[in-house]
Amino acid sequence: MASRRVTRKWEVFAGRNRFWCDGRLMTAPHPGVFALTLALICGTCALHFAFDCPFLAARVSAAVPAAGAALCALTLAALLRTALSDPGIIPRAAPAEAAALEAAEAGRPPPRAREVLVRGRAVKLKYCFTCKMFRPPRASHCSLCDNCVDRFDHHCPWVGNCVGKRNYRYFYTFVVSLSFLAVFVFACAVTHVALLARGAGLAAALRATPASAVVAAVCFLSVWSVLGLAGFHTYLASTDQTTNEDIKGSFSTRRGVSNPNPYSRGNACANCWHVLCGPLAPSLIDRRGVLRDEMPPHFARVVTTPPAAAPPPPLQLAVPPEPGGALGGSYSNLFAGEPARHAYMNRSLDLDPVPLQRTPSPRPPRRRASPPALALEPAPPGLSASRLRLLHDTTMIDAALDLDEPEPPPHLPHAPHAPHAPHVSHAPHASHAPVHGRALAAL
Amino acid sequence: MMANNRIPSGPNTPGSQQTPTHGGTKVFVQRDYSEGTAVKFQTRFPPELEDRIDRQTFEYTMERLNEHFEMAETADCSTYCEGCLACLTAYFIYICTETHYEKHLRKVSKFIATQNERVYNPRGIHITDPILRGLRVIEITIIDVPNCQSPTGNSNNQMRHT
Repeated sequence: MASRRVTRKWEVFAGRNRFWCDGRLMTAPHPGVFALTLALICGTCALHFAFDCPFLAARVSAAVPAAGAALCALTLAALLRTALSDPGIIPRAAPAEAAALEAAEAGRPPPRAREVLVRGRAVKLKYCFTCKMFRPPRASHCSLCDNCVDRFDHHCPWVGNCVGKRNYRYFYTFVVSLSFLAVFVFACAVTHVALLARGAGLAAALRATPASAVVAAVCFLSVWSVLGLAGFHTYLASTDQTTNEDIKGSFSTRRGVSNPNPYSRGNACANCWHVLCGPLAPSLIDRRGVLRDEMPPHFARVVTTPPAAAPPPPLQLAVPPEPGGALGGSYSNLFAGEPARHAYMNRSLDLDPVPLQRTPSPRPPRRRASPPALALEPAPPGLSASRLRLLHDTTMIDAALDLDEPEPPPHLPHAPHAPHAPHVSHAPHASHAPVHGRALAAL
Repeated sequence: MMANNRIPSGPNTPGSQQTPTHGGTKVFVQRDYSEGTAVKFQTRFPPELEDRIDRQTFEYTMERLNEHFEMAETADCSTYCEGCLACLTAYFIYICTETHYEKHLRKVSKFIATQNERVYNPRGIHITDPILRGLRVIEITIIDVPNCQSPTGNSNNQMRHT
């Protein structure tokens, strides 16, 4: 049982983000610059604590290292929090919803934009061809991560993530604390050199502590941009704007017509409070969640999405690189039909495992919503041992087993089932274990 | 800027689309952005549900749902304190506690599960928890089977999960 793997949603995530620690952490696709930021901050702080702090603690006050440590800890925590959390990604539309949008337009792609009134102001909701939905107000598609992000601020390579609704407060804390830290460390380095220079002259002081000179130089070069950024984001937070909206001039006065921000709460304090300390929106991608059926079994059996409703090929390009490397081949082996594969990559749970189920079904016209049947028959004649081993080796089959419970014979009522309540963690996996054991025994 | 084909996002919006699938029809209730970006769904009664359920019941569900989300999004003193405390602890508090919003989301999930089981599933309708659709739409599935009765034995089990 311990070796039983389940497929979590991050493994089939459609965007280009990279996930770490089994989906607990996530970053943008290329977090190289983020590593540079981290190294720069850690390196400068290490030099500060190694060379300036002992001297200043002895000559000035013991509070200097303490304050430095607190600032440094806050900065690093905010940086890691910004870089490794979900910025507010809006999951892509399920195939059924995309199909509904297209059906409403009689087969043509939906219009490029739809306009809604937000507090009396007209706001355009653009249609996202990748995510198959009308983007909510303030959301924007990040081309690097290939996701729509709610209240999109900007994609920040320095923190290696998008900055959006969910991590803006961390980002702001990071920028403000970093500017304090840079000023503090710079002041400490300069004080150190100045105290030494008072007795022996500047050249001798620099020879005595070259590290302080390096620290001062790094801080002096970086402090201006960081301070400017902190000021800019303070302005943005107090007016409840995003960098994206500010650059586009969404709320600027045009041709003498004022165009006030409909999202603002009226005064700067309320905006700041709400942006930085308001309720934290939940992560919508549920990356640690386990793929499973969302409906009660008796519903899931009846409802199925026709393969024709699967999204067109562009979505195929959005296969995440990591799972794709390990599993991409397996997907194509498992699903002969491309539509079924697309449906899976788009995180549809209404899979129809027709290619796998070679045994004659007791009810051929009724399609099943989830693929438990292949595991229930001990050794379906159509499945060779190697095929079955392949199924087991990939996470796909485990997800399939996790999707549904054994189906009773059709004439029995479904009473003994525990229906899957939507979005609730589901502890009793053990109930699936015998099924899994039988599938293995069939090898 | 001011386009002619403006669709107001109020109650008179054509906000729901429907699509027939093999086994059921799906109706999508869209978000209502008229009061800002806080989560709120349109309460307009989709005509596809007319022969299944009465208008009051549906509107009650949607209004209760909107109330739950409003409570989740409301920034009262305690949520501000939570935010400040999180900031002071360098956001480590979020590792150990559930946020105000998540508590309300659990209530929403429980509410939807209960409503499905008591009201909607016996009439061949299933409402998908909006968190599974990114809080963007409410997906309502209508089953074509005329007398799709909910098995009565389900209730206890479902409650246990929520």
